[in-house]
Amino acid sequence: MRFLYGEMRLIRLNVKEISDIRKDFPILSLKVYDKPLVYFDNGATTQKPRCVIDEVDKVLTTYNSNIHRGVHALSDKASEEYEKAREEVRAFINAGKTEEIVFTSGTTGSINAVAFSFGEKYIGRDDEIIVSNLEHHANIVPWQMTCERKGAKLRVIPINDNGEVLFDEYLKLLSKKTKLVAVTQASNALGTILPVKEIIRAAHSMDIPVLVDGAQGIQHGIVDVNDLDADFYVFSGHKIYGPTGIGVLYGKEKWLTEMPPYQGGGDMVENVTFEKTTYNVLPFKFEAGTMNYPAAIGLGAALRYVISLGWENIRLREEELLHYATNRLLQINGLKIYGNVENKISIISFLLKDIHMYDTGMILDKLGVAVRTGTHCAQPVMDRLGINGTVRVSMCFYNTREEIDVLIAGIEKVKSMFA
Amino acid sequence: MTIDEVQDSIVEEFSVFDDWMDKYNLLIDYGKDLKVIDPKFKIKDFLIEGCQSKVWLHPEFEGGKITFTADSDAIITRGIVALLIRVLSDRTPAEIISADLYFIDKIGLRQNLSPTRSNGLLSMVRQIKLYAMAYQATSKK
Ligand SMILES: Cc1ncc(COP(=O)(O)O)c(C=O)c1O
Repeated sequence: MRFLYGEMRLIRLNVKEISDIRKDFPILSLKVYDKPLVYFDNGATTQKPRCVIDEVDKVLTTYNSNIHRGVHALSDKASEEYEKAREEVRAFINAGKTEEIVFTSGTTGSINAVAFSFGEKYIGRDDEIIVSNLEHHANIVPWQMTCERKGAKLRVIPINDNGEVLFDEYLKLLSKKTKLVAVTQASNALGTILPVKEIIRAAHSMDIPVLVDGAQGIQHGIVDVNDLDADFYVFSGHKIYGPTGIGVLYGKEKWLTEMPPYQGGGDMVENVTFEKTTYNVLPFKFEAGTMNYPAAIGLGAALRYVISLGWENIRLREEELLHYATNRLLQINGLKIYGNVENKISIISFLLKDIHMYDTGMILDKLGVAVRTGTHCAQPVMDRLGINGTVRVSMCFYNTREEIDVLIAGIEKVKSMFA
Repeated sequence: MTIDEVQDSIVEEFSVFDDWMDKYNLLIDYGKDLKVIDPKFKIKDFLIEGCQSKVWLHPEFEGGKITFTADSDAIITRGIVALLIRVLSDRTPAEIISADLYFIDKIGLRQNLSPTRSNGLLSMVRQIKLYAMAYQATSKK
């Protein structure tokens, strides 16, 4: 597993013992069906450390008040903390300005915002939008809707049998008609990492902007939007140990300035009359209505937590888990890993020969092991690989070798039951 | 046996086991006894929507009673279908329509299938009842 997104910016901090790290996450000591919970569904959502839970609790119990509105002390405090969180996000992804950081409801919310606003401004009949065959439905459907609205076409970068994009085919798709490229940093279904930086460089050589879906990238390594030179970078708070209901849309100032707002309402306006309404400045132009400020502030706490662990520690730990789990799984007869390549995040997708993924998932569940089964909201990948879905094990730094051993024993049990 | 008598005996059979693994093994065994659907009916028309795994269900109406044959590509699901069929196959439309399927809750199937699976189970029940209503309507004409 390598991280291509940028140089290591953060310094290495004291290595916290894994047992101590696990204590930071209250839910990890849970038992399900009387068995210790083994949580391997981090690709769907990550668990929350105590500091994030406490931060949200603090907002709600000590200064809850609508932001940017009241003249009173609580509203001031809430607005200040909310803007502080925006600054923390900016620093975390190394964006140039806080004006370029828009809070949304999540990755899906961010992509829909760009698909609408960018689409309105720049996409017309017979234009093309490029996505990859590895995308989550959230990075396909909004573009299909834009295409339908505008009479544009969706083009797809093909992949090989290992779930890697065919870069040369991508280059062939780029043309004067291309108005935007939207690709994921890593496949949520297989874990394979895309060469996002190269994809951006090639698009930029033809003045085509690129949106990067960072939902599966942000939590696994340093993201430097400046170094990447991404035009848009989007992610969800809940996948990086933060609360649900908050997401980020980073957009280069020049795009966000030109793009029309996608939702109208309170806070996003400067002046409203029935004749004409003028819009607020960035980023508020894109933040209509009461925002989820407790979650935004909680996200700030999550980012501080990740930084305190140190990227290098996280990377080494996840790499070790990935290698250990991959090696153990490959020793199981009849088990096939999809997307078993060198360059991936700590996600493993597999199937057992002649055993249905749901049967596998159900039995693992009863053993306390939480995995995801199905298409993982990425049906086109499954179609391309000729399968109905997989069993997905998605790990992160708080998982352990012992948990992988439990998984392996569980799979052996599944095999004995269904053989 | 009436529908309720069959349900009671299923509840009884499951009550022997405390451990979930044993219950699943029982389900798997039931799946093996399922009178499997004729392959020619394993088509989209007989595929039940709302199940994560595929379920095909085929009704046959004869002598005032409906018999069902079915199959699933997942073994646990096949066991669940087998139970449903054991309770509801070879019954009159009226019996099926008025059946109160309490065994699902009593053996813990509903809680122990994840919501989406549970929906699958509910869609199976709904489909069986829909067939019964359709046959009842045609036989009244
Ligand atoms: C690659 C990718 N994109 C988008 C999403 C959608 O994220 P959310 O549901 O938080 O909006 C996910 C989440 O599963 C994802 O993995």
